[in-house]
Amino acid sequence: MAKTQVNPTRMELTRLKKKLVTAVRGHKLLKDKRDELMRQFLDLVRENKALREKVESGIAAANKNFVLARAGMTDETLNVAMMAPMQEVYLEASERNVMSVEIPIFEYKTRTADANNIYSYGFAFTSADLDGAIKSLSDVLPDLLRLAEVEKSCQLMAAEIEKTRRRVNALEHVMIPELRENIKYITMKLDENERSTQIRLMKVKDMMLEEAHHYKERQSGPTACTPPN
Amino acid sequence: MYRTAVIGDRDSIYGFAALGLDTFPVTDPTEAARRLRKLAEGEYAVIYITESLAATLEAEIDRYRAERLPAIIPIPGVSGNTGMGIKNVKKSVEQAVGSDIIFNGD
Repeated sequence: MAKTQVNPTRMELTRLKKKLVTAVRGHKLLKDKRDELMRQFLDLVRENKALREKVESGIAAANKNFVLARAGMTDETLNVAMMAPMQEVYLEASERNVMSVEIPIFEYKTRTADANNIYSYGFAFTSADLDGAIKSLSDVLPDLLRLAEVEKSCQLMAAEIEKTRRRVNALEHVMIPELRENIKYITMKLDENERSTQIRLMKVKDMMLEEAHHYKERQSGPTACTPPN
Repeated sequence: MYRTAVIGDRDSIYGFAALGLDTFPVTDPTEAARRLRKLAEGEYAVIYITESLAATLEAEIDRYRAERLPAIIPIPGVSGNTGMGIKNVKKSVEQAVGSDIIFNGD
């Protein structure tokens, strides 16, 4: 039995049939979208994992150096050394469309091209550990920026995949079966109506013929010898 | 043109200043939340945040999860790696796939 109330009319049937065709088509498209998104997502998430492990170990190593550097200097010297950084990082954010998900692409530019500009201090009063620490951190920077891009993409794609998956499931397990059910119900109801009209017509025809020819009277009149049942 | 920010305790982040990233030393969670919101609305496309601080700001960070910019990325601080960054990646996988198939429970 149909879950919702539907009018068993031909117009409703046509409408539902059209809707079913759209639903089936939409289901197929969304399923393809989900599969492709999933494929790309898995590649990306593997990269994300590898990058994260690399970056985390890189930062951990750099942090060790920074702790050493800090231990070897006074706070004031360190503050002065870090007060006026020479280098600046600018990001250019564009976007790429992957299956209707806008994922960001970061391109970074530094203010000066010279790689040595990360040392914003004179070497006289700072410990050599600081140089090493900053160098180790600057080596991680490209990976760090790439990580930001990949991780954000992963988050956005995960959200989109979840949404698409829900849509696919809703179509597959709710919409399409319900439409099929309703269509079946209407077809059966219409067939039933047709049969009942047919029978009514046959009955009316019988009655009219009876009216015109008086079959029954003729039958029971002259041949009265037929045995009553 | 966007810029890059680093939020966290001073010891963990002061080195980033030399590389040309903008550092914002904060340790207080409410202060950090305010700072994060301000940065996210501003010209920052990528905000790195130390894991220990990110752990106290999960609600704030989740707000920006579905948006294209900014990308808020947890990084380990001096106090060590809490595994939060990898946990976030796991969360994405679980959200997309339904179960964790990349890390296999490790």
